[in-house]
Amino acid sequence: MTISIQTSDFDVAAELAALRTGHAEAGALVSFVGLVRDFSEAGRVENIFLEHYPGMSEKALANIVAEANRRWQLLGVRVIHRVGELRPAEQIVLVATASAHRGDAFAACEFIMDYLKTSAPFWKKEQTAQGGHWLGTKESDIERARRWDGQGENR
Amino acid sequence: MKIKLLYFGRPRDTLKRPGETADLPPGIATVAEMLAWLRQRGPEWQAELAENRVRCAVNQELGALTAPLHDGDEVAIFSPISGG
Repeated sequence: MTISIQTSDFDVAAELAALRTGHAEAGALVSFVGLVRDFSEAGRVENIFLEHYPGMSEKALANIVAEANRRWQLLGVRVIHRVGELRPAEQIVLVATASAHRGDAFAACEFIMDYLKTSAPFWKKEQTAQGGHWLGTKESDIERARRWDGQGENR
Repeated sequence: MKIKLLYFGRPRDTLKRPGETADLPPGIATVAEMLAWLRQRGPEWQAELAENRVRCAVNQELGALTAPLHDGDEVAIFSPISGG
């Protein structure tokens, strides 16, 4: 299974072990874990709520992973995105990639995260002392996603 | 035409509904035109569905607000994406 959307937590070590299984030719495993921070511009974060678009979110993540596979030589990819209510320090998202060499594994992992942040239908509501507010897309995330235009696209 | 409307993020929260089936009056051909029609429902709709506050997906593909509508389409209206 490549993509999971779930409320339950995940075990990074177990996921990486599973990703390596059957790929003795993998020289590189790269992983990214996104966490709930305890502080934002609005102050101390009490919790966050993550919503998604059932049906489209799975497809969007699958399309992003497919694009990563087109651009880089990958032996495996694992993406897990949690939804529901999460508290500070909890894990939100895992993106892990396996490849023969680290260049492709690093690039693909970063690419998947940058595209997830700007095109996968998930929404985050932050609860602080000031109340609840829905976050918007960050300009810096849009810039990061744009960087990948034209990179490795013609492989 | 009949449109299956879904709301996510801030619009869903503020308008307090996950979705609805909309029977659009004739003359509405795009998402933007549908939003203008929905805004007529009242001040909360006016504020929440302003074009610079929402994004859309038609049949589960992200699209511009100028995207055309066809009978039976699934259209999602939502605040800017903020996952990850």
